[in-house]
Amino acid sequence: MTDTEVLLQQVITGLSNGMIIALIAIGYTMVYGIIELINFAHGDLFMLGSFLALTLLGALGLEAVEGVGTWATIGLLLVTSAGFCGTLNVVIDRFAYRPLRKSPKLSLLVAAIGCSFILVNIGLFWGGIPMDVFSMGRAAAAPKNFPNLLGHDNLLGDSAILLTRGDLLVVVVTVPLMIGLTMLVRLTRLGKAMRAVAQNPSAAALMGIDVNRVISSTFFIGGALGGFASVVYALYNNTISFQMGYRSGMDAFTAAVLGGIGSLPGAVLGGLLIGLMRAMSDQYIAAHWTNTIVFSVLILILIFRPSGLLGFKLREKV
Amino acid sequence: MHLSSLRSRWIRPTPLLLGAAALWPLADAFLPAGMQVIEPLRTVFIYAILALGLNVVTGFTGLLNLGVAAFMAIGAYAFGILTCEIYPFQIGFWPALFATLGIGAFAGFLLGAPLLRLRGDYLAIVTLGFGEIVQDVLKNLDGITKGTQGINPLPGPTFLASASEESGSSFFGLTWRELGVEDSTAWYYTLWTLLVLCIIAVRHLERSRTGRAWLSVREDELASRAMGIRVDRVKLIAFSTGASLAAFAGALAASGLSSTGEPANYDFQISILAVCIVIVGGVGSVSGILVGALVMIGINSIVLSKAADWIAASGLSSSDNVLLSPSNWKFLLFGLALVLMVHLRPQGILPPSLEDEPGGDEA
Repeated sequence: MTDTEVLLQQVITGLSNGMIIALIAIGYTMVYGIIELINFAHGDLFMLGSFLALTLLGALGLEAVEGVGTWATIGLLLVTSAGFCGTLNVVIDRFAYRPLRKSPKLSLLVAAIGCSFILVNIGLFWGGIPMDVFSMGRAAAAPKNFPNLLGHDNLLGDSAILLTRGDLLVVVVTVPLMIGLTMLVRLTRLGKAMRAVAQNPSAAALMGIDVNRVISSTFFIGGALGGFASVVYALYNNTISFQMGYRSGMDAFTAAVLGGIGSLPGAVLGGLLIGLMRAMSDQYIAAHWTNTIVFSVLILILIFRPSGLLGFKLREKV
Repeated sequence: MHLSSLRSRWIRPTPLLLGAAALWPLADAFLPAGMQVIEPLRTVFIYAILALGLNVVTGFTGLLNLGVAAFMAIGAYAFGILTCEIYPFQIGFWPALFATLGIGAFAGFLLGAPLLRLRGDYLAIVTLGFGEIVQDVLKNLDGITKGTQGINPLPGPTFLASASEESGSSFFGLTWRELGVEDSTAWYYTLWTLLVLCIIAVRHLERSRTGRAWLSVREDELASRAMGIRVDRVKLIAFSTGASLAAFAGALAASGLSSTGEPANYDFQISILAVCIVIVGGVGSVSGILVGALVMIGINSIVLSKAADWIAASGLSSSDNVLLSPSNWKFLLFGLALVLMVHLRPQGILPPSLEDEPGGDEA
């Protein structure tokens, strides 16, 4: 591989991972935009989504599907995980966050951290289910292999640069979702209500908007995007673990802050930048410094530009 | 949780708890073998010191620090580098231990100075990120920190004892004797004494001008500023104090194990454990910290490990069933502790008003 090819390869990897990060980041940014809560449990919700997908694959015996069946299976996994994560997010909000709306902000954050830990533990137990896909429940804490449904074919033929169906899947799933979400926020009544609640909940309530319903919808949409991301992540990286929510969640949160929290285009931009940054650091610095670099970026942005890259100008709070 | 009977002018919870702790080794000797809890109680003391520091930050000043484990790590590694025989310093237990107070405070100052103007939730995330960075740096700079092996062996506390024949230098018949890992009771009382000193120091700080300013900043930052309190400075002092006590606790923990352990031992779980202690015990309450440490560490190192022994003894294998390994329930317990406390009893088991105003109303 020539130097240019190495660079291009890292750009592809970085952008693919970046889009997944962006999809998770949207979940953080939407919830933060509307109730000013860093939804700590969001990353772990994403983790549970991929566990559900793996369970479904195992239970329905779909690990080795081929042809059209592959895409049908992936569609099924996407829809199920998205529905599951969205619903779970709404349930968490209803029981853990809603009673605390009037409490100090830190109580809400502590509750979110508590929920995160509970979900992590559910993930650990989930990995202990005696199914083939979970190696019969032995070594529950170990990372699980996620079957590679898409194969390793290089779509670029004999080129040294590898572009897989996984990369394609990332684009096919994330781009329409982002466009759809932007349209939902800009053009629909629900989107308008979300923007109103984000700006001023009590004024929105006086205008006849059911604030709690709007918040629930936001949690559902954010969670569902996390669910989509979880299936794409699992199919792209082929390994999942009950601890991955913390790491991916931190990447995504950093992306949301980098782009400007509360801003949808910001979350996407931040996600892509973090993905590229990780890929470049892995290649040109050293993989064991990558996390340090990402966290340092987070800290530096918060110190020097807390509103993020797009948070100031394009303030599209959701 | 009905501890309101403790609310008397004469019986204050903090001295009561500390007194009971001082007498405990006498009772421990009568417990059946395998049921003694002196060792886990030592851990309770160390975590109580850690949480006491976090309480200054979170309880008094209202800032959430999700990275206390990082300062604990800084204390442990600073202590290791100052004392271990593979480094040139070798300054001995006591000077090194008290140096970690200063080193921790300095580290807290360096992180806090640029950050404390951030809003609460952003500050929490930054401290979390700092915790991850410190772990990675300690692991990656293995030329200095020995990477995943950790720094060892580390010395224990030294005391003047009457010189025995084999000891070389003696001074009026006295010589320095170092506590080994096996001197359980002596270790216990050393930690107890240090905990009491830390509590006295924190209580004095709390009642000082700075301490009143902390509480004022917690209640209303803007009003405090209007009253002439230099908010950033006051926050920075709180943050440094917390970091200082965390480093102190880290040094004590490392000395007790005779090793810093690997950097991954100072992970997010430890930071959250400290947060749990403060939230469960009572935000802003010293006696609450003691109860919180007892409850959380009690569950973490006494109940769970006894349950593991019991499951192993009953012949059930924990390798095949994830539910049968009690340590697998930790996250759930921490999580539930946080969520339930915030919802059901946000003021904690022993809220601060129990101590400050005997006979007064809680909350």
